[in-house]
Amino acid sequence: MNAPTHPPAPPATPNDFAAYPDANGRFGQFGGRYVAETLMPLVLDLEAAYLASREDVAFQAELNGLLTHYVGRPSPLYFAERLTDHFGGAKIYFKREDLNHTGAHKINNCIGQILLARKMGKTRIIAETGAGQHGVATATVCARFGLPCVVYMGAVDVARQRPNVFRMNLLGAEVTPVTSGASTLKDAMNEALRDWVTNVEDTYYLIGSAAGPHPYPMMVRDFQAIMGREIREQILEAEGRLPDAVVACVGGGSNAIGTFHPFLNDESVRIIGVEAAGDGMGTDRHAAAINGGRPGVLHGNKTYLLQDAEGQITEAHSISAGLDYPGIGPEHSWLHDVGRAQYLTATDLEALDAFKLCAELEGIIPALESAHAIARLPDIARDVGKGGVVVMNLSGRGDKDVATVADHLGRTI
Amino acid sequence: MKSRIDARFAALKAQDRAAFIAYVMAGDPNRATALEILKGLPGAGADLIELGFPFSDPMAEGPPIQKAAQRALKDGMTLKGVLDLAAEFRQGDDTTPLILMGYLNPLVTWGFEAFAQAASAAGIDGLIVVDCPPEEADPLADALDAADISLIRLATPTTDDKRLPVVLRRTSGFVYYVSVTGVTGAKEADAEAVRPAVARIRAASGLPVAVGFGIRTPERAGAIAMVADAAVVGSVLVDEVAHALERNEDVTAKVLSKVQSLAKAVRLARTPSLPA
Repeated sequence: MNAPTHPPAPPATPNDFAAYPDANGRFGQFGGRYVAETLMPLVLDLEAAYLASREDVAFQAELNGLLTHYVGRPSPLYFAERLTDHFGGAKIYFKREDLNHTGAHKINNCIGQILLARKMGKTRIIAETGAGQHGVATATVCARFGLPCVVYMGAVDVARQRPNVFRMNLLGAEVTPVTSGASTLKDAMNEALRDWVTNVEDTYYLIGSAAGPHPYPMMVRDFQAIMGREIREQILEAEGRLPDAVVACVGGGSNAIGTFHPFLNDESVRIIGVEAAGDGMGTDRHAAAINGGRPGVLHGNKTYLLQDAEGQITEAHSISAGLDYPGIGPEHSWLHDVGRAQYLTATDLEALDAFKLCAELEGIIPALESAHAIARLPDIARDVGKGGVVVMNLSGRGDKDVATVADHLGRTI
Repeated sequence: MKSRIDARFAALKAQDRAAFIAYVMAGDPNRATALEILKGLPGAGADLIELGFPFSDPMAEGPPIQKAAQRALKDGMTLKGVLDLAAEFRQGDDTTPLILMGYLNPLVTWGFEAFAQAASAAGIDGLIVVDCPPEEADPLADALDAADISLIRLATPTTDDKRLPVVLRRTSGFVYYVSVTGVTGAKEADAEAVRPAVARIRAASGLPVAVGFGIRTPERAGAIAMVADAAVVGSVLVDEVAHALERNEDVTAKVLSKVQSLAKAVRLARTPSLPA
């Protein structure tokens, strides 16, 4: 038998995005399972349990019931008429994840994972949080299912997000301030991993972003993809066709991948993520892993990272604590490399302007995270043009951010 | 040529004693002191040396080694600097095995092939990468094989019989048994609990088994030396650096004195004590 001497090169662009990750948790070169050996059996068990739950009719029925009656799904797809007029281009729709229980998209994933944790017989939940939104969502589902919950949160974030810390406490969670490293989200994730490696028998690590070791990026994406599937149905009903572009802010990237994934195989739909540019991409104070980083390995996966020439991870900077992370989910890194998605940036100041504009014109106070996506809408709406349709994920509400914004406006509240 | 690791374990086996492996962080608290400590380790009783290379986000380390890494990074230590340190040590010692231990990203940054060649030239014998499980290790293992450097694997209390062969694939030198579930320097290893695990790994691999992650005292080191082929101590030694700095004491002397007491306990563990 003659084997070909040169195996055919893989296609530059994969033709079925839904088929990823591969069996090793890879999206092209990104993803994988870069964890300590102690955790390897745990992530393999988790993958098996998750794959089984996808086929489990009772599991899916319970998940859907909770998403409907507890989270309040489906969230509306709202035509932002005044912003559309203001920008003068394509029609702008908002996917209203800010209207979910707990005020952001984070709860979609937490409901899914808490059911999985319970099914696996785990009796203690840990999580990391930056702004506190994922921590609040995790504390919420832990209260609902009667499981003890420990949330790791950087000491700096504890100080700047006090209302969310109190919310988590009200929900019965223990918030552990993390003082190692720079005391922000990446350090909280390190500390959660250290807890997990110590408490391997009873503890479930509920990761909030589409990042970390396989199967987390896939699993979190799948739980969040309910947003993209709803958008698809809702926009077909409203406009009779698919959108020309879907847009979302990207930190770790869970709201973005959940929005994008059901559209990846639709060539006509532009996929646009917006990273946090902090003080600006010309400075070293930003949180744009794709636009300002390079591939490396951190927190269990290979992905674009902010790092120095020696491979030491550098600090991210963003006005939005939820985007203040030096990495990004591995699927985004891959979508960027194969050219399927485009990653733009918005600075702190642009996000603040967008935050005010959205409040004034639409009567919606968006999360500062989502405001980064709003900030790029004028360009995208113009580019797509009149007669076109753009859907943006309004991933969370901005109540948590009013103190930060007041501070930047020089106002005392 | 027999590797330094194989030669050292063979020699110790002939003496029927376990090895004492000292872990220190390269560049902690600064380059000059770290070099002085490194050069003094064999004389103080270290049979093998694990040289940590610092990483900003060491997710399997407890506070002592996290802080040691931060001190080293603050002093400007780089992966290339670590190899320079190793090369300087090698000029005066051609027999003590030197094993680098750290995290993957600095190696990704350098490039595996180029790093492996440079490490080999610096006299490095083995490499332990905490966040590189066997499933992800092939590209690194290829580069290390080409440079005659052993990729030392970690087995843990969560490594069951089904997983053990996966962990042991492509390993050489010795196997590192992480004796507790947890970060470095937190829980204490129980020699009796460790004994069957060591026997199982030794039988499956045909390699010496070193035990680490939970050894803080000479007594504990001695007990582990009864059941394992080597006892590894790290957090206590880097804590000694921190304490000496706080008290403005001689860092090198404090660390080497600690090494002496631990090494002595390991050396004498299997020697029957004289009746009183």
